[in-house]
Amino acid sequence: MTAAAALYPRRRARNFIWTVLAYAATALGLTMLAIILGTLLWNGFGGLSLDVFTKNTAPPGVVGGLLNSIVGSIIMTAVGLALGAPLGIMAGTYLAEYGANSRLAMVVRFINDILLSAPSIIVGLFIYELLVVTVGHFSALAGGVALAVLGAPIMVRTTEDMLNLVPNSLREAASALGMPRSFVIRNVAYRAVASGIITGVLLAIARMTGETAPLIFTALGNSLFTVDPRGPMSALPLIIYEFARSPYAEQQKLAWTGALILTFAVLGLSVMARALSATIKQK
Amino acid sequence: MDRARALGRLKFSDSSFRLFALGAALLVLVLLLGVMVSLFVGAWPAFQEFGIGFLFSDAWSPPREKFGAATAIYGTLVTSLIAMLIAVPVGLGIAVFLTELCWLPLRRPIGVAIELLAGIPSIIYGIWGVYYFRPVMQAYIQPFLINTLGNVPLIGFLFQGPPLGYGVLTAGLVLALMILPFITAVSRDVFDTVPAVLKEAAYGVGATTFEVVGNIVIPYTRVGVIGGVMLALGRALGETMAVTFVVGNATKIQSSILAQGTTISAMIANQFADADPGLFTSSLLALGFILFVITFLVLAAARFMLARLELKT
Amino acid sequence: MSNDITAQAPLRRAAATKEKVVVRGLNFYYGKTHALKDVDLSLYEGQVTAFIGPSGCGKSTLLRVLNRMYDLYPGQRAEGEVMLDGENILSPSLDLNLLRSRVGMVFQKPTPFPMTIYENIAFGVRLYEKLPRAELDARVESSLRRAALWTEVKDKLNASGLSLSGGQQQRLCIARTVAISPEVILFDEPASALDPISTAKIEELIDELSGDYTIAIVTHNMQQAARVSHYTAFMYLGEMVEFAETNAVFTAPRDKRTQDYVTGRFG
Repeated sequence: MTAAAALYPRRRARNFIWTVLAYAATALGLTMLAIILGTLLWNGFGGLSLDVFTKNTAPPGVVGGLLNSIVGSIIMTAVGLALGAPLGIMAGTYLAEYGANSRLAMVVRFINDILLSAPSIIVGLFIYELLVVTVGHFSALAGGVALAVLGAPIMVRTTEDMLNLVPNSLREAASALGMPRSFVIRNVAYRAVASGIITGVLLAIARMTGETAPLIFTALGNSLFTVDPRGPMSALPLIIYEFARSPYAEQQKLAWTGALILTFAVLGLSVMARALSATIKQK
Repeated sequence: MDRARALGRLKFSDSSFRLFALGAALLVLVLLLGVMVSLFVGAWPAFQEFGIGFLFSDAWSPPREKFGAATAIYGTLVTSLIAMLIAVPVGLGIAVFLTELCWLPLRRPIGVAIELLAGIPSIIYGIWGVYYFRPVMQAYIQPFLINTLGNVPLIGFLFQGPPLGYGVLTAGLVLALMILPFITAVSRDVFDTVPAVLKEAAYGVGATTFEVVGNIVIPYTRVGVIGGVMLALGRALGETMAVTFVVGNATKIQSSILAQGTTISAMIANQFADADPGLFTSSLLALGFILFVITFLVLAAARFMLARLELKT
Repeated sequence: MSNDITAQAPLRRAAATKEKVVVRGLNFYYGKTHALKDVDLSLYEGQVTAFIGPSGCGKSTLLRVLNRMYDLYPGQRAEGEVMLDGENILSPSLDLNLLRSRVGMVFQKPTPFPMTIYENIAFGVRLYEKLPRAELDARVESSLRRAALWTEVKDKLNASGLSLSGGQQQRLCIARTVAISPEVILFDEPASALDPISTAKIEELIDELSGDYTIAIVTHNMQQAARVSHYTAFMYLGEMVEFAETNAVFTAPRDKRTQDYVTGRFG
């Protein structure tokens, strides 16, 4: 037997062991994740009813729902988007179109990456100091601002990446007609990658919707139905947090149902974002 | 000239747009500075009162106004370490499976499923952890560990204590599950960037699958994998909801990882509502500042490493 | 001395017109690299001037100075004089957008905007004029007619500009440029990315446009230069080697390098 052939059985054995490990890892990982999703569906589905969407959160003993929390989440995410999207898209535009490789742009990119992965509880504390302590009370507005700070870095990244995909020849063709820089960006570059930028927005919304920790220190939560952003407001993640720790079975059940609704919302947004970016790749 | 006038009218909106963009970029900078400054200012009373000892003291007594960060820092580091020790090998294993071993038609669906899972809000892992995982830990896993590893010399001290289900290990395991999809997705994306020709060349000389993985794929993607792992670490360090339900919220450090503990974010989340302003709140903000510094260092180190490795290749 | 090129197509007679663009002592730098060295040249009104030369000789660089396209990129700079109707366009105080509305450019790669065919053209027009809908429609039609594209797209003006074939897209870009009534049109290898039939159409177009516009065209195809231009400028390694009527350059070049290039000995 040649030297190489003599080695072969050992190489095959090693490969077999690693393969088994890889299969085991996959089986373990996917099984655990499937279990989590399974229990979520099992516990959450049972609690789904019209009441969940039409009644507000109630004290134990009273039939309640999650209406105020759902509405609160929608309102705060909307505030976060209204503040975070212009910030994120414009900052991303600066990085791609005006800043390029300048010192400022490199620093901003670094900072943005930090903010992107920063613990959300820290952002909550920051906004607490900024908008709750100073004003004297909790508010949905503060919650929305905290969400904006968490969602904006995603949009900065996506917008910059997308704008960098626009070929320079397109920009030159627009400039050759005498178009000022901002016109070129707004009417040609943005249009060329509109779906990409929207994908970033959808991903940011998905993130904002799912956050709990920052809202604890800003919006606080509210057992009543309210749409006034100047006061405390409930949100799905907040009520899940509260009810999951409650000793009462019906509230625990609502916690699971709320978790199911939240998961569906986030997954739905992610799926939309993926579908949108798939259509871009086709072009 | 008419044209000059038409263009003149556009000049204002042109420069305002640029200013807006610049302003937004500067605002990003200001935000980070703002976070640092406001945390520090809020934390200052605690730092002033306790000095550097704050980092090493495990005291935590609101009535006596004595606070220390050691328990929380210890818990944060240990839970994250446990999470990484499990999630990194498993995540890489799944990524290898998806890119090299999996039956072709299944690759995309599983890959998509993993990516979607990475977006699930962490509170979901938290409530699953407290309702389903904790009882299992209490009834089966913890007793098992106590009876087996608990008797092994040298490491036995890590696996002692009454099995309550809560604890640092439980939190670490739930955290592992939470960051698993993220590590898998990032690793898989990075593995996919290896040019097929490189792998084919290796297969062509008769290399086994794992010889290709070990000698071609991993070295080629080393940069991206390390970057992804460090990002996951940053996420694990700062995570609140996945751990706060099961970590036990104790205030003293214990040697056994089966005992209850706390992390910085869990402590802040649990105690903030009841903290009266003054030294208590300031200490919690000090914890927040410490967490911020830790994650900042991890993320900056990741960035720095990536930049250096990229220069070399 | 006769050669193949002159035998194939009748060369154009240059008309005696005034100088529209005069380049004097132009030097251009990409960072530290000296790309154009003391270039002198004139573009005559209503005439077509071809820039020819081997790859890297600087012909595209020269063209892009004429509408200050290089200004988009830091690190590139020009020194010297480029006079458009007596005004130096290299002056830093010049309104670049205004310049580019007078000096249009068609690029090598067709670049329709991500808009409808109608919008591609209307967009530039709207930048400078507030026209009522009917007049805008008329302007779009006349531009498309001038670009020999009207009959092919008149029924699908709302289709995306990207849905056209390569040759059609390039003619759309020409229509877009013509729509804002420039005085000078620069063509940077406009047909090199196209098939032979589209190329022939583009050359026809340039011929038709030449009466009303001053045209400069960069081409690596000598036969094209001979077919289409009244004047030819031969460049080599950043220098303007020879600039004369096309007739003269191809039948009786004065510089040996020109002679070698047009007879195909290099490049």
